[in-house]
Amino acid sequence: MSQRPSVIRQTIITPIVLIVALLIMAALSYEFGSRAFNRTVVEMFINIMVVVGLYVFVGNSGLLSFGHISFMCLGAYMTAWLTIPPVMKSITLKGLPAWLLHAQLPMWVATPISGLFAALFALIVGRVIMRLSGIAASIATFGLLGVINNVYSNWDSVTGGQGSIVGIPPTMNVWTAWIGGAVAIAIAYLYSISRSGLALRATRDEAVAASASGIDIVRERLIAFVVSAFIIGLAGALYAHFLSIVNPGAFYLRTTFITLSMLVVGGMYSLSGAVSGVVAISVLIELFRDLEKGISLGGHTVGLPNGVQEIAIGIITIVILMYLPTGLTRNREFSWRRWPLQPRLTRPVQTALKELL
Amino acid sequence: MRELLQIIFDALSLGSLYALGALGIALIFGVMRLVNFAHGDFIAFCVFAMLWPSIDAAAIVFAGQLPFYLLIPLLLLIGAALSILSEVVVFRRFRNANPATMMIASFALGFVIRHLLLMLFSSRPKSITLWPSLGLPVEVFGAHIPMLQVVTIIITLAVLVILVLFLKRTRYGLEMRAAADNFTMARMLGVRANGVILLAFAISGMLAAAIGLILATNSGTADIGMGANVMLIAFIATVIGGLGSIPGAVAAGFLIGAASVVFQATLPHDARVFRDALVYGAVIVVLLVRPQGLFAPKSAKQRV
Repeated sequence: MSQRPSVIRQTIITPIVLIVALLIMAALSYEFGSRAFNRTVVEMFINIMVVVGLYVFVGNSGLLSFGHISFMCLGAYMTAWLTIPPVMKSITLKGLPAWLLHAQLPMWVATPISGLFAALFALIVGRVIMRLSGIAASIATFGLLGVINNVYSNWDSVTGGQGSIVGIPPTMNVWTAWIGGAVAIAIAYLYSISRSGLALRATRDEAVAASASGIDIVRERLIAFVVSAFIIGLAGALYAHFLSIVNPGAFYLRTTFITLSMLVVGGMYSLSGAVSGVVAISVLIELFRDLEKGISLGGHTVGLPNGVQEIAIGIITIVILMYLPTGLTRNREFSWRRWPLQPRLTRPVQTALKELL
Repeated sequence: MRELLQIIFDALSLGSLYALGALGIALIFGVMRLVNFAHGDFIAFCVFAMLWPSIDAAAIVFAGQLPFYLLIPLLLLIGAALSILSEVVVFRRFRNANPATMMIASFALGFVIRHLLLMLFSSRPKSITLWPSLGLPVEVFGAHIPMLQVVTIIITLAVLVILVLFLKRTRYGLEMRAAADNFTMARMLGVRANGVILLAFAISGMLAAAIGLILATNSGTADIGMGANVMLIAFIATVIGGLGSIPGAVAAGFLIGAASVVFQATLPHDARVFRDALVYGAVIVVLLVRPQGLFAPKSAKQRV
């Protein structure tokens, strides 16, 4: 045992590569990008947080979850309740309890609280839902999304109903978003090399054998569920500070599927896959958005008709999945040796390639 | 008594829609373990196939003007063609992929179809009038029931009977049931994989067209998102019914329809907006009690 290099030394390079890559993107866009471009980068970083949060649960447990966007909703509304000036809240959100109505916290305090709130909620519902497995668990998380969306869309006195809540301090720039992304990657990495992360991946690859080796599947899944809810709660809070408005429609099916697509396109069983999927799809979206606006060719502006962007992205997603069913990274992680992609089969933090192929 | 009858008819007609949707999803799931998230967009596509592409609010009815004995077969054909096309072009290449990948691929396909419709028709809902006489109420045991509800229920029952006869009495039905039970074994015994899968897609597409017709007649509008809601509930119904079980999917569809209507009728007024939350909550409870679904087929049990 003593000769084996530690897990951290073997794998620490992955989160470092990812975080540094994001730092370079942030610096480049801060230095050269327009205001609109900076906003795109911020949005991409927030999506990275969401997808990395999804990876913590989906990637390690192998269960597809449709419910994680509800944690984004919880986080976003929590930060809205905590940071909107009390004067505004007393008009639009009369139903809030008095202590919340009079609270006004800075973003740096409100965001972690929002994450913790989402995590606490996940702990409560997760105790019930994590007893399920396979497709039943996926549908149960879907039910969770439906419940949260329905409640937040209709509890007018507390959430403002279908309409938007305005007045959240818009405090996001590329640097705060980068910190968010880096924190998410760090947490996801630490979880995946933790005892619980290893145990959970064992249950993903061989549920029966893992269970026979004394792993409590429900408990490990619950831990991953709570950790991922925390990350996504943070992402939701930052998203609220980014847009400075929240409304329940933003945290429903469209976001659920787009983030899941990003995860699967990148490679759902690896952290590098989660990040690169978001980057790839965001780049595509931005590219086609520019093409729709038009490029000037010798005085004429040639542009694609509106709506081509979404169609093209859908088609490209299908084509990527057709030829790389395990995603762009093929479920491998970035590392130094054999740059850029290192198969992880011989590593302690291993992915279930054999199961997929 | 009259109110009770009203509730029963509401429940049956809503349940019929969900059951038809669940059937479309369960058939495909049975033969290739694909949860087809594009189904809702197939429904919308069939509705919009009746209109001529334009971005004005007033719809230019095109095929919708045909008499019903031409329109219905035409739409069924369009639904089947779209469904088969998506199998041949897209899903065929995902036969051996993992279920999550297939699911995302089907979602991406739906996304493409939806935005294609958006591009051609814009996002504005369009009014479309099909058979206005179906909106008139008929009197059933003293209760006034819209004609359409009665027709919906009758159509659904007819479809179910035809499908049961098809599955139980014909060679192709037998092959399809065998494939749903154990695909590999069925192939080894001489069931042609492509044939069965294409057939399942064709039937599923026709069911989507039928739902589209009912929805369009009922609401009088064509809306891009109109299939999505039915598809979601149908998807949930297939799981609650026990994935792979066709009667289970139908029963669960009716059950969810009934639950929605009963919650709507019995909840106090203030709580009515939270009806969907209760329905979804009930779904979670059902799954906790029976994770394999209410009518799980024996083949669904995981072997070690």
